[in-house]
Amino acid sequence: MNVGVRRLEIGPINRVEGDVSVQLDIAEGVVREARVKAPLFRGFELMLKGRDARDALVLTPRICGICSVAQSMAAAEALRSAMGLRMSANGRHVANLLLACENVADHLSHFYLFFMPDLARGAYAGRPWHAAMCERFKAQAGSAAADFLPVRAQWMHITGLLAGKWPHTLAIQPGGSTRPLKRPELMRLERLIVVFREFLEKVLFADSLENVGSIDSLDALLRWARAHEQADFARFVLVAEELGMAGVGGAQAAFMSFGAYPQPLPDGVVDADVSTNADDAGDAGTVPPAFLFCRGVVDAGVREKLDTSTIMEDASAAWMQANASQHPLHGDTTPLADMEQKPDAYTWCKAPRLRGRVAEVGALARQVVAGHPLALDLLRHNGGRGSVLARVVMRLLEVALILPAMQRWVRAIEPEQPFCAHGKMPAQAQGEGLVEAARGSLGHWLVVRDGKVARYQIIAPTTWNFSPRDGNGLPGALEQALVGVHVDADAPASTPMLQHIIRSFDPCMVCTVH
Amino acid sequence: MNAPVNHSASSGNGTQGRATLLWLQSGGCGGCSMSLLNAELPHLFDALALAGIELLWHPSLSEESADEFMALIERIRSGAQRLDILCLEGSVMLGPEGTGRFHLLPDGRPMMELIRELAQLARHVVAVGTCAAYGGVTAAGGNVAEACGLQYDGAQPGGLLGADFRGRGGLPVVNISGCPVHPDWVLDALALLAADEMAQQRDLDELARPRAYTDHLVHHGCPRNEYYEFKASAEAFGQQGCMMENLGCLGTQARADCNIRPWNGGGSCLKGGYACINCTAPEFEEPRHAFLETPKVAGIPVGLPTDMPKAWFVALASLAKAATPERLKRNAVAESVEMPPGAAQRRRAGSEGGGR
Repeated sequence: MNVGVRRLEIGPINRVEGDVSVQLDIAEGVVREARVKAPLFRGFELMLKGRDARDALVLTPRICGICSVAQSMAAAEALRSAMGLRMSANGRHVANLLLACENVADHLSHFYLFFMPDLARGAYAGRPWHAAMCERFKAQAGSAAADFLPVRAQWMHITGLLAGKWPHTLAIQPGGSTRPLKRPELMRLERLIVVFREFLEKVLFADSLENVGSIDSLDALLRWARAHEQADFARFVLVAEELGMAGVGGAQAAFMSFGAYPQPLPDGVVDADVSTNADDAGDAGTVPPAFLFCRGVVDAGVREKLDTSTIMEDASAAWMQANASQHPLHGDTTPLADMEQKPDAYTWCKAPRLRGRVAEVGALARQVVAGHPLALDLLRHNGGRGSVLARVVMRLLEVALILPAMQRWVRAIEPEQPFCAHGKMPAQAQGEGLVEAARGSLGHWLVVRDGKVARYQIIAPTTWNFSPRDGNGLPGALEQALVGVHVDADAPASTPMLQHIIRSFDPCMVCTVH
Repeated sequence: MNAPVNHSASSGNGTQGRATLLWLQSGGCGGCSMSLLNAELPHLFDALALAGIELLWHPSLSEESADEFMALIERIRSGAQRLDILCLEGSVMLGPEGTGRFHLLPDGRPMMELIRELAQLARHVVAVGTCAAYGGVTAAGGNVAEACGLQYDGAQPGGLLGADFRGRGGLPVVNISGCPVHPDWVLDALALLAADEMAQQRDLDELARPRAYTDHLVHHGCPRNEYYEFKASAEAFGQQGCMMENLGCLGTQARADCNIRPWNGGGSCLKGGYACINCTAPEFEEPRHAFLETPKVAGIPVGLPTDMPKAWFVALASLAKAATPERLKRNAVAESVEMPPGAAQRRRAGSEGGGR
């Protein structure tokens, strides 16, 4: 560490899922280097070894109580691909509805419970909007939480109906869902979606979802916000703009999406026939759209196909036995018993890289890959990089896009057709399960030998976003996003913008290391 | 929306002011907190306020972060802040090799030390979820994490605090097990504790779980009871029959009221179409067979109801199987009711009347 550089440890950061702290090197009031520390290791990949592969459906959702359905779906997809099974169309719609239900709940829980309370902090006392923020968003006491919690709980009735409960359901199986639905239940499902939509259109947006979903630039967003000042979304946009959140928190990273909400395959089409990548998205005339939000990568404005064979995990900065970069089908996650063996390591999190590059994942990345004009314009305002404002805005904008799709999926379910297809796991097999969780790209990789799990590796969204340095010293997305932030001279740890940047990724630390 | 609750009101809980609650998380998934947010009528914050509970800090819900949290911990340590209820969610992490370094605080101290210290200061100590109670899923496989519960290591008394531990209020650790917990299990128990109205002998079972929900079996109220009675079994998920014979269901042994007390507005595992995996029990994470398949010896499922002689069960089961109505046989292996109740009578009536 250079002279004049002060090292600061901030943690535990709360209002994220799980535990995280950051180590900052600060000089002349500016963050020069950041290191993100994931302080909890549990060892799910080791506990799956040697088990019946179907046990992954029980164990992996329990990696995370907030992304439980996403973990469940990734496990079901990995098993499905290893079994060579085709999911029933009804099962696909039900799985998508469950994932959308969880993702929407997560996006709004992040907004109302995790992110917004920071704008009511004492550090902002004196700002003209502070009193209003306190009334609405103060942690626990604000009026927004009292509005949101009952609506959220009722929204989760979708999971009661489709999956028995949330979190930790076994309703999503490799071939579909375990809960066949009758017509009256479909109508009940649609009522639940409509009631929630009313909350969104009255309280969160004070406007129709279609109008919100078609906002196409930062200027249009600000105009919209000024015209809808009573909307919770607009309150955020106006304050965020004033605080400069459109220009902070960026990282030099490729934006990646595994493709969200895969659609049922038409008769006669197999997985391999389907156009799954962003650069084919315009080809909808000849191939059916494979996803609601397409799969792909955007790096420095250039679109490319996702090639998951170029995903490698590096453990140079993690307290793991292995160092070398490995594809997850060959990877290993065995912790060091003696952490002192690796003095430069600082976290339990490995460093995933996409062809050597840092990737940012999440709602912003999904919408950049899907080509939403607002997402692309928000990047332009921060030199092609993400920002605090862009991440929060695209999360809520995605909610406006998903609800109408959910209504379409409910209507596409045919109660007389099967909900679950069945198959057997071959003695030797491997599978890949790719899902877009609320927080971004989640992958499960499975190797079966003699009918048992020989290897199971998981890379979660926040593993990408909160990655440590890799073997080349390349810092992860959050580690970059914190560099350059001006901190308060007296109490640097209390600088609100640090917390805004960290929470803008909506981190899930229990998924990150698992 | 709901009528506002006065969050600063004092309740008659026998202590000065409201009961203070500190919620910590360690080796778990956070799912019990997420389930708690599913509380309805009233919602979570109102439910706590109405129980006379002041939430000092919760990792997902409180404003205080980082240094502000550490300052609160110091105030509790010094006695400046009274601690009535300590909730832990997630297993205690003893690994690697007993050092506790699988879960570190920012100051480099193992989390298990902070939990141990605060447990001595709290009037009541609560394990929320099977991880905190017994080790749970975090202890699955070879238990690389060296995860254990607050007062149990699996089914063995002990754990972090030892079998003899009692909170300052005289109770052992209250184990609200479940993976996840039902929000009402937690809120009902916290309300009793806040009012100092929980008694060990009366209110806790042999594993220190609230009897409010463990006096029931998951089997009670199971919508598939009739299939169970006639041993009409589902052969694959999505089918309607009983899941005990083939699909790993442990509902006849599992202690919980899941099919009586609705989850998320009306669900339960069974209503969701999949097996009960007995998640309120210690060591449920290691069934020693595939979770979703019933192990059998000579075609007979092992793990029959615990308090019934095996020979009687087998005899009754074969009688029931011989008497199974056609309706149940067919519906058990179908995704929807192919033969509704009354169909047979209607058919008979139709043939007696000469048909239409």
